[in-house]
Amino acid sequence: MKFLAYLVSGISLGSIYAIIALGYTMVYGIAKMLNFAHGDVIMVGGYISFLAATNLGLPALLSVLVAMAFCTVLGILIEGLAYRPLRSAPSLAVLITAIGVSYFLQNAALLIFGANPKAYTPVVSGTLKLFDGQLSISYVSIVTVVCCVVIMLALTAFTGKTRMGKAMRACSEDKGAAQLMGINVNRTISLTFAIGSALAAVAGALLCSFSPTLMPTTGSMPGIKAFTAAVFGGIGSIPGAFIGGILLGVIEALSRAYISTQLSNSIVFAVLIIILLVRPAGLMGKRTQEKV
Amino acid sequence: MKKSLALILALTLVFALAAPAAFADGTFKIGGQGPLTGGAAIYGNAVMNAAQIAVDEINASDSAIKFEFQAQDDEADSGDKAINAYNTLMDWGMQILLGPVTSGSGITVAAQAYDERTFLLTPSGSSVDLIADKDNAFQVCFTDPNQGIASADYFADNFAGAKVAVIYRNDDAYSQGIRDTFVKEAADKGVSVVYEGTFTDATSTDFNVQLTAARDAGADLLFLPIYYTPASVILQQANQMGYKPTFFGVDGMDGILTVENFDTSLAEGVYLLTPFSADAEDARTQAFVAEYQKRYGEIPNQFAADGYDAVYIIKAALEAANCTPDMSPADICEAVIPVMTTLKVDGVTGEGMTWAATGEVSKAPMAIVIKDGAYVTP
Repeated sequence: MKFLAYLVSGISLGSIYAIIALGYTMVYGIAKMLNFAHGDVIMVGGYISFLAATNLGLPALLSVLVAMAFCTVLGILIEGLAYRPLRSAPSLAVLITAIGVSYFLQNAALLIFGANPKAYTPVVSGTLKLFDGQLSISYVSIVTVVCCVVIMLALTAFTGKTRMGKAMRACSEDKGAAQLMGINVNRTISLTFAIGSALAAVAGALLCSFSPTLMPTTGSMPGIKAFTAAVFGGIGSIPGAFIGGILLGVIEALSRAYISTQLSNSIVFAVLIIILLVRPAGLMGKRTQEKV
Repeated sequence: MKKSLALILALTLVFALAAPAAFADGTFKIGGQGPLTGGAAIYGNAVMNAAQIAVDEINASDSAIKFEFQAQDDEADSGDKAINAYNTLMDWGMQILLGPVTSGSGITVAAQAYDERTFLLTPSGSSVDLIADKDNAFQVCFTDPNQGIASADYFADNFAGAKVAVIYRNDDAYSQGIRDTFVKEAADKGVSVVYEGTFTDATSTDFNVQLTAARDAGADLLFLPIYYTPASVILQQANQMGYKPTFFGVDGMDGILTVENFDTSLAEGVYLLTPFSADAEDARTQAFVAEYQKRYGEIPNQFAADGYDAVYIIKAALEAANCTPDMSPADICEAVIPVMTTLKVDGVTGEGMTWAATGEVSKAPMAIVIKDGAYVTP
């Protein structure tokens, strides 16, 4: 029973990582860049839904929608202002810019919202009790897992079936060729950022429901973990991000429970190293032959 | 030639900078240092607000000693930021340091202040390491071991037969220190500790694993020698799990009711060990609480009370040592150290506070409990 409880907490933690990782992987898969500001967009999403719920008194679901709308605009803005001018620059320049955007968002939040932590009211409250109360699963966990699966399936369907999705995959394969085929590359990448940032808002609300202290640095550690999850599953692969996130959460929870609390983060990253040694492209990553 | 010119210029500059620190104005300069921003800002601000009240009261009274007060932010950092805040205050002409507010910065700054011979009185830096082997460092609050011992004693007296779980942060000297003495004293007093869980700064957002383990171990009393930010997460996640032990914190738990948007019903029935209760009925506490509320619109916590007392303790020490405002920080330091052990000060955090030469304070701790969103004596 204890094991089951640990597993449940691992899966719900992992689902949050997975939702964040989906955003990372979408952007990497299509724009071929690591958007390190993703974790901080999550934090912004958390703050916006917090403000919408406490200051405007909106119901939880509506506050998340407001946050999604805000983050979508923010994502498009970040892409347009910071990344688009660097489209043909070396990828290192884009990476550094992303780190810059990350710090910008963190410090802007510090200025606007202050450093004192705010207590986020969970979007859903209550607990499901099973086996005579021996196993309790909070509704937040259930909502998180369900959201995560729905988002994963929706994204897979979107990139696989729709015209826009096809355009995204084309950009991912070869930007130049896609442009020649009449695909508006800039618009496609903007859309990717819009979707990724909307997901970040959802992740922000769920993350803060799970762990209710909201601070300007709230997004950084989960951001790094989710990036690990995305690499773990094979960066660029949507099911990979999902599986990577869940696995990461479970490994973290179980190692915290059975091995050591302090070592749990180290164990997570050690597993990542081993996976990458055995499968350099990640669990579900595409193996590509490079011609030399 | 050029070199000597540069030297003269540099020296002029040094003297020009040092000039304002020439203690001309007949007031003592007290520097306050603590986190005014960041996760622990609530402590630093409480201390500085209350210290300002005490300084204003003294300046308005007929006391021969008058103060000037300036606060600097160290963000509760134990590295450069702590030293920078201290140096900024020294540049301003500080003669006595009221601070640092947190143990981590305190340990760093106390070492430097010891070398430079600056007297320091920390309102709330409770680590033993802060005062260890430093004759110039004194505390207003209890030391960590004291808090651990007092908590274990309280459990033995008031929660006989309770099964205790401890969740503490083992990369933090404060939390680790309290836990160590608590566990030792608990063993001596026959308090049964059934589970110990740890976390670190990087893992302070998810406590489901520790809470599940504590519940499975049958713990009905959860001892949390940690700060209130992770404690608020623990309360929330325990509630989501439907786990309802009695929560017991120490001085770091103070402030939990002021977290913005925190659901205070979660903190209902939480105990904490503190030397100060805002609902105490003596005139001194009442006056202080009323003034603090008037100025800052909130009920002072025990950090504020420590800061308030600190100013009066400094005043008492300066009077006893016959210090004058024209003395250098080092002279004041040497004059004040021997009188500290002879002082007996009544404050809002305790009657008849006395000090040992180690810097430790002696006063009686008490437990308070949160009822209807306010601290009351159980």
